[in-house]
Amino acid sequence: MTSPRSLPKKPGASFRPWIAPLLILGVAYGIIPFVGNSYLFEAILIPFLALSLAAVGLNILTGYAGQLSLGSAAFLAVGAFAAFNFNLRVPGLPLLVSILLAGLSAAVIGVVSGLPSLRLKGFYLAISTLAAQFFVQWTLTKFGWFSNDGPSGVIDAPPLNLFGISFEGAVGRYRFALTFVVFFTLLAWKFVTTRTGHHLIAIRDHELAAKVIGVPVLRTKLLAFALSAFLIGIAGVIWAFAYLRTVESAGFNLDRSFQIVFIIIIGGLATIRGAFFGAALIVIFPLVLSRLGQLALGNIFDSGVLEMSQLIVLGVLIILFLILEPNGLAALGDRLKRKLRPLLS
Amino acid sequence: MKLTAFKHAALALAFLAPLTSSTWADEQFFPLQSYRVGPYAAGGTGFFGGFIDYLNLINTRDGGVNGVKLTWEEGETQYEVEKGVEVYERLKTKPNIAAWTPLSVGIAYALIDRVTEDKTPLTTINHGRTDSTDGRIFPYIFPLLLNPYSETSGIVNYLASKFGGLDQLKGKKIVVLYHGSPYGKETIPIYELLAAKYGFTVQQIEVPHPGNEQQSQWLTIRRAKPDYIVLRGWGVMNPVALKTAQKTGFPADRIIGNVWSNSEEDAAPAGDAAKGYIAITTQASGSQYPVIQEITKTLYDQGKGNLQDKNRIGSVYHNLGVVNGILNVEAIRIAQEKFGKRTLTGDEVRWGFEHLQLSRERVKELGAEDLFHSIHVTWDNHEGNGYVKFQQWDGKKWTPVSDWIAPDWALLRPIIEKSAEAYAKEKSLPIRTSGDAEIIHKETASH
Repeated sequence: MTSPRSLPKKPGASFRPWIAPLLILGVAYGIIPFVGNSYLFEAILIPFLALSLAAVGLNILTGYAGQLSLGSAAFLAVGAFAAFNFNLRVPGLPLLVSILLAGLSAAVIGVVSGLPSLRLKGFYLAISTLAAQFFVQWTLTKFGWFSNDGPSGVIDAPPLNLFGISFEGAVGRYRFALTFVVFFTLLAWKFVTTRTGHHLIAIRDHELAAKVIGVPVLRTKLLAFALSAFLIGIAGVIWAFAYLRTVESAGFNLDRSFQIVFIIIIGGLATIRGAFFGAALIVIFPLVLSRLGQLALGNIFDSGVLEMSQLIVLGVLIILFLILEPNGLAALGDRLKRKLRPLLS
Repeated sequence: MKLTAFKHAALALAFLAPLTSSTWADEQFFPLQSYRVGPYAAGGTGFFGGFIDYLNLINTRDGGVNGVKLTWEEGETQYEVEKGVEVYERLKTKPNIAAWTPLSVGIAYALIDRVTEDKTPLTTINHGRTDSTDGRIFPYIFPLLLNPYSETSGIVNYLASKFGGLDQLKGKKIVVLYHGSPYGKETIPIYELLAAKYGFTVQQIEVPHPGNEQQSQWLTIRRAKPDYIVLRGWGVMNPVALKTAQKTGFPADRIIGNVWSNSEEDAAPAGDAAKGYIAITTQASGSQYPVIQEITKTLYDQGKGNLQDKNRIGSVYHNLGVVNGILNVEAIRIAQEKFGKRTLTGDEVRWGFEHLQLSRERVKELGAEDLFHSIHVTWDNHEGNGYVKFQQWDGKKWTPVSDWIAPDWALLRPIIEKSAEAYAKEKSLPIRTSGDAEIIHKETASH
């Protein structure tokens, strides 16, 4: 989102790691809310933010700690439904507390579903996380209590009020989502640079070696599951409360889990910014393709044919991209930066 | 001003929003959240085909509604809530919007707050959120013709007639096989309630979306030995249910399909297994009705029809789309009588829907006699008391096996009001009066 002009022009100025994020934050808070329209917020930015945070969460588990999980959508669902129920059933509980408790609920489920990781690895672990995916969805569908016995099993989002500030309207909901995503991304960023964060990488790269040098493998793995599920749970609240403002458990199916896995693979494993790049691609790219297709061919084919061909184009592009840049968009960005640096200095 | 100009330019370029076509003074726009791919494509293509055909007929034959041209644009949703929201946000910036038709309960739920904010009506013919029937609390939502509770009541009344009266329901056992979606679950409480009231037992079994695997459900049914099964399916789930029923040895003529399990596309793929299958409907199938004949003559004979397969003209979904077209167009016509023969705002069209009263005579004038019965929408009854009919599949086509039947509206109304009032309380919404309904709100800026 930063234009090249906003980069420092002073000859010899070195890139500081916080300059780019700070500029992006400035644009996100200071400019976008005043120039965007509701389509930009409601159909692009809010789902992008929610999926980005979910991808940051999954990246901690899969990218950093090397534990493959297909249960992300389940944690999104736990977050959404837990926040709804805390908010509904505990009168007077501030929304912020409901949201944090929802994250904790997701973390608890995350730890439980992470237990098999102590014995299973790779694909076997992925299959066992599927259990969480199906079990959570089944529970939320089976027991009407979770959706307050709503006639269709659909929950309605409460009004978004934090500290007496109302986050209504498209811009308000965008600010709400942005604030949560920024805060928890920072938290995740801090976490991966700590000693425990490095333990994750040690476990991913060689579990036995990590054990030998004294990394508490068991505790670290479960911590990764907990933190990852916590972040995804918060993303689930944003998805339900700020984006759709209504949620049925079927919306959190296996497809959504795969979508989040794709985001971190395309964006770049074990990078925080990769989650954002990947989410941007997954959210925006199909929309752009769809609009282009309709503009170019809308009069010749009906919308069904166009939709099908877009899926094919999208699939081909992703495969091509993964062959050409297997380390994801984040690596591509780094390469661009290296190429640009001599030009700027 | 500069900022707004920049805003538009940036958006058009950056997000490839389709360029807004030059605005005509006398146009009424229908944003269609349609679906032509995915497991529910049969319903989507048939329904939106019929809807578009009727709008096209009005333009071609009458030159629009009193000179106001009808326009539309489709956005593919694949019946997914996220895509439905995206299409809504994209198309809502278009001028002169008349009404929304997502044909999906999930999407309709997600749009309730949005259309209420934007003051444009949203119709969910034969489906939707039942308590949105209460216009006091849901001013912009119209579950036209038949809400899910009325459908349930109609089915239970029909079953009672098969047994020989409502008092004969006592001790009977009914299984409801429902689609695992907001649409499918909508009737769970009303079946429980009617079971308690009339003394029959009901067992409700979910089939997960999309429903192409039902072995375990039918094993349960086999153990339960019900007298009748109500099939509350959608899309591919229906033929699979009928085929699995045959394998399980359950006779098709003791399966009653609900209003979204009642099409040719539901019965025909099941082949032999569907013979004798009975289903409820609000609109008869067949192409003998004058309005369908005119669509064939004016559009399909000129190569301008929307359905790709001409054999589907007059099928259940196509006819439902045509009926939906009639209801939308007549709502506009009625509103034009009050506000003038010009492009109407969304809130004026809402007023039109709230006065959408078509007697059997008026329905006959429209060339739809016996295609559907009648409708009587008021400011607080957004369903409009539609009648139902039952039809039986003979292996090739549907034949009616009952007259028009009225659901038990008096029984349902207090339940609907209670549910709507609870919703109003949860969301702290105001309760409208008949006076409020007459106030026309100015259009809110869409962005």
